[in-house]
Amino acid sequence: MDLHNPWLDAGVARVAADPAAITRLFAAAARHCGRADLPDPPGWTADQAARARLLLALPATELPGRLDDLYRHGDATEKLAVLKALPLLPIGAAAVPLLHDAIRTNDTRLVAAALGPYARHLDQAAWRQAVLKCVFMGIPLAVVDGLTDRADPELAVMTAGLRDEREAAGRPFPDDARTLLDKIETEV
Amino acid sequence: MRIFDPHIHMTSRTTDDYQRMAAAGVRALVEPAFWLGQPRTGPGSFADYFDSLVGWEPFRAAQFGIRHHATIALNPKEANDPRCREALALVPRYLDKDSVVAVGEVGYDAMTPEEDEVFAAQLAMAVEYELPALVHTPHRDKARGVDRTLAVVEESGLAPERVVVDHLNEVTVAAVHDAGCWMGFSIYPDTKMSPDRMVDILRDHGLDRILVNSAADWGRSDPLLTLRTGEAMLAAGFTADDVDKVLWRNPVEFYGQSGRLDLTESAATAATFEGSSILRGGS
Repeated sequence: MDLHNPWLDAGVARVAADPAAITRLFAAAARHCGRADLPDPPGWTADQAARARLLLALPATELPGRLDDLYRHGDATEKLAVLKALPLLPIGAAAVPLLHDAIRTNDTRLVAAALGPYARHLDQAAWRQAVLKCVFMGIPLAVVDGLTDRADPELAVMTAGLRDEREAAGRPFPDDARTLLDKIETEV
Repeated sequence: MRIFDPHIHMTSRTTDDYQRMAAAGVRALVEPAFWLGQPRTGPGSFADYFDSLVGWEPFRAAQFGIRHHATIALNPKEANDPRCREALALVPRYLDKDSVVAVGEVGYDAMTPEEDEVFAAQLAMAVEYELPALVHTPHRDKARGVDRTLAVVEESGLAPERVVVDHLNEVTVAAVHDAGCWMGFSIYPDTKMSPDRMVDILRDHGLDRILVNSAADWGRSDPLLTLRTGEAMLAAGFTADDVDKVLWRNPVEFYGQSGRLDLTESAATAATFEGSSILRGGS
């Protein structure tokens, strides 16, 4: 994350020296760094990049506890920023409970963010349910990291079931899910 | 007619109501923290509620292009329940959130010593976090409640133009007007204020520092009574610009004092992917 401004640079230094300072800085980040889409990395906004820098400034021993607290007490944009930052942080699989929480919500932004690269730590059953939830909610499957590598026959059975229900009801079924089904069935 | 409802409890409304409100011209609203109809039993219940006010409700509103902001506080009713008192410690954390534009609803319900303490503590938070305050006035013993409210506000050091005193009526409006605070009116089908009575107050007191809301909570209420009040103003000879001042520019001016009001159009759809779960009727 190469986003820099004086407020953020000072905030990063403060968090390194006083980890508790991240609570208020994390909440205020968008007001000081903006919310615009960044050209690099693509798919990131300025507040998400700023929040990722703050998280990266935390001492490793503080990170898991602080991360959990910032997510649990975050508004939707803070939760989103935590989820987007997960693959960049040295936390192993410790933040998987946050993915489960995000996938339980009906906020399409959180569900989508939970299926980024960090979702490799999700077990296969939870991951399949989350992918199917994307289809159900109309979230483009392009958000799912490593989709075709991880898709398996069980996901095909579940997806085909949803397709059959939709067709029986005369309701549309997303094209990207149809493409996924074709691909899994061809490979098996 | 563009409408900003400065006080509406969307938690108690269905998603269909958001749709009807958007169709009626509501583009922005503020949802103040209050009780939930059923009394809460502890601080965890408040945390979930506050999370919803800065998470799920803004998402739900955005499906219909409505900007959702909130005010956060431990409400006066539940300030009296010792099991809920710890919720006061949760409030500051939420006052830091981007979409929180005031401390509220604070004020009095039954005017107990517990309410005194919690009211004063939260006005001090408004000073510390540089936020305006939304002050509820009691439904019983209202006139004396309003006088006492204004005395507490004055003592707090919070500038009167950063305070709205809500749920006013013909009897209580003058004292708040004279104190220099904003005057809030909740328009209800049967109680508090009606559209026609609101028009009379606007005629008598002018359009400055007045906020008109539907409150729309767990009682018999109607989220479109802001629109009905605008219509009643037009029928009584007020201009479209007068209506825009009362129903849009006034709330923008009041909550704009937070420095956090975000009314950008593009953000209205940012929360959705094509065909979100709510619009599709998902579970």
